[in-house]
Amino acid sequence: MNRSLIIGLTITLLVAGMALLSYAWTPYDATAIDIAAKLQGPSAAHWFGTDHFGRDILSMIMVGSRNSIAVALVAVGIGAGIGIPLGLVAATRGGWLDEMLMRFNDLVFAFPALITAIMITAIFGPGAINAIIAIGIFNIPVFARVTRGAALSILSREFILAAKAIGKSSGGITIDHVLPNIASLLIVQATIQFALGILAEAGLSYLGLGAPPPNPSWGRMLFEAQTMIGIAPHMALFPGLAIVITVLGLNLLGDGLRDVLDPRN
Amino acid sequence: MTFATARRYAFLALAALFLGAANPATARSDLTLAMVLEPPHLDPTAGAAGAIDEIVYANIFEGLTRIGANGEAQPALAKNWDISPDRKTYTFHLHQGVKFHDGAAFDANDVKFSLDRARAPDSTNAQKGLFEAIDQVEVIDPATVKVTLKHPSGDFLYSLGWGDAVIVGRTSAATNKEKPIGTGPFKFQNWAKGSQVALARSSDYWGAKPALDKATFRFIPDPAAASAALLAGDIQAFPSFPAPESVPQFQADPRFKVEIGTTEGETILSENNARPPFDNPKVREAIAHAIDRKAVIDGAMFGFGTQIGSFFPPHHPAYVDLTGERKYDPELAKKLLAEAGYLDGFKTTLKLPPPVYARRGGEIIAAQLRSVGIEAQIILVEWAQWLEQVFKSRDYDLTIISHTEPNDLNIFARDDYYFNYRNPAFKTLIAEISATPDGEKRNALYGEAQKTLSAGAPVAFLMQFPKIGIWDAKLEGLWKNYPIPANDLTAVKWAE
Repeated sequence: MNRSLIIGLTITLLVAGMALLSYAWTPYDATAIDIAAKLQGPSAAHWFGTDHFGRDILSMIMVGSRNSIAVALVAVGIGAGIGIPLGLVAATRGGWLDEMLMRFNDLVFAFPALITAIMITAIFGPGAINAIIAIGIFNIPVFARVTRGAALSILSREFILAAKAIGKSSGGITIDHVLPNIASLLIVQATIQFALGILAEAGLSYLGLGAPPPNPSWGRMLFEAQTMIGIAPHMALFPGLAIVITVLGLNLLGDGLRDVLDPRN
Repeated sequence: MTFATARRYAFLALAALFLGAANPATARSDLTLAMVLEPPHLDPTAGAAGAIDEIVYANIFEGLTRIGANGEAQPALAKNWDISPDRKTYTFHLHQGVKFHDGAAFDANDVKFSLDRARAPDSTNAQKGLFEAIDQVEVIDPATVKVTLKHPSGDFLYSLGWGDAVIVGRTSAATNKEKPIGTGPFKFQNWAKGSQVALARSSDYWGAKPALDKATFRFIPDPAAASAALLAGDIQAFPSFPAPESVPQFQADPRFKVEIGTTEGETILSENNARPPFDNPKVREAIAHAIDRKAVIDGAMFGFGTQIGSFFPPHHPAYVDLTGERKYDPELAKKLLAEAGYLDGFKTTLKLPPPVYARRGGEIIAAQLRSVGIEAQIILVEWAQWLEQVFKSRDYDLTIISHTEPNDLNIFARDDYYFNYRNPAFKTLIAEISATPDGEKRNALYGEAQKTLSAGAPVAFLMQFPKIGIWDAKLEGLWKNYPIPANDLTAVKWAE
């Protein structure tokens, strides 16, 4: 069994489990302010300590994971949902349509992803929905490009020729033969984009462009910890670790999936 | 140049360097200080932003009078004055031989020009109310100006000391926004937008020469960067330091001096009195009782700041402590809400501008309101948005802001102000105050006004904003308090 797959899957499931658990139970109310208990270090009562408002950091991380996962998940969904069909159309039709789609793709791709996201949230205002749209948009060209490349290599194979010979429509060929053959590649790509989505969401909320308070979010927790790093380093440590571990887990999962799903293995 | 001569030059340069270092060092004469906000422009007579005055007041521009470190009106361009027995005529005797930085001579005509310009119908002065009492300004001779008032005004000399009332030159007034020309001890050098404004000592200043020959105001909006810049020595003073959580660190460090002073900044939770449900006094009272001011000060300001129960600074002689009138009492708040017909509370919005006190205080207040049933959705806005949406267009429900002008109790009497508060009794009081000279009677009226505001609860009063000043321990002469938003550098010097 593939080791990075196991480690990656375990971490991912743990994070997902933590997010699910937070709906039913957290050690404390993640938004309950108790100024008297502010800036406490890790203890038996507060495993990860408390922040500058006396909120329990473990509870905030648990609830914050929902936000990270939801934003990244929907953003990847937008990217895949629009990017994959675009890539398939470009690959099967070819010609000027392919050129147009791919040049437009290059255009979007050429903008640094986070800058694009900042621009979108700056225009439409901060908030979870706009963050999702922003991160989703820069996922589109990634999926379109991967899909087109992989689809082109499948389309030149003999069995596609055979399918054409027996009179199968090009739409039918795409859905029945191309898509299943490139699915593994797309799953791996989605995993990696998911990790990037979590990072992007943290980046946007760090800049104050993510979900507004009081909903906890990992990025904003880091922002708030920034000026207190000298007096309460745990405020930065735990949300930072949460981001690192989640992204690492997803990347390992992506690596493992690539190894396992690769037909050459 | 041959190799040998090059070497000789290098040696000479090196020697000069060592000699320079060996010389007994003369006291340092430059200063880089930092502010959080960059001003929109540098003309104090054409903008409300405190950041303008923090750079130019008393440094570049001077008025007939000036406000000193303790908030008292002192002579400035006017060396003295006579007041008629009916207190309606002020005759100002001006300093002579004063020059503007562009070389133009200053005289009585500039005073008439400046005051008439500020109170003209098309004036863009942000504090036209300061000049409201003036009936006419006459030039008697180049060194004498007579100002006639419509009615006696208790704080006329004080009003003339504001940054909005400084004297500008007739030839340079139009370009002061980008290139400020005044009569002060420092000249404007340059403004690197987004970064800093540089001033240099004016060689032909009429008064006592300042000890500093160079002063640079740097803009550092980020609290973490503010601490880092001080620790690294990039800046030597942060007169209004934005990160209260870092103060203990500087207090423990002998390289720095920390001065906790007062400001004129009444910090409040503003409510849109024209918008339901805030048009209902019971709802506003409920909000006042729902807020735990101590928790707000401890949580948002790490304990720095003084609770207020009305719109008046605690260091003022006329202050009345009304913090007990609207005590933190969530049960009473719920009862008042029920009486107002909001048994289950209501939903509203809370727009928060960027400063830390507003963002952090807003989160705490939203949580406190939530516990009495008011669901205030937080909307983070940038300064430009806040000024446009909240202050100008009055498109808001709740917001948090510090009102930094001195003696600004009268904003609650202004129909055009963003609170949308209407209280005829309060307006009468303000009119009476402005016609009463300084003294006990006036202070009693101030007390009445404070009580009226506490009772009417147009907004929720939170705290008097502290001035957290941090600077190099060897630096002397910076203001401890902010009687007006200003960084007067005339008396600042480095200890030997």
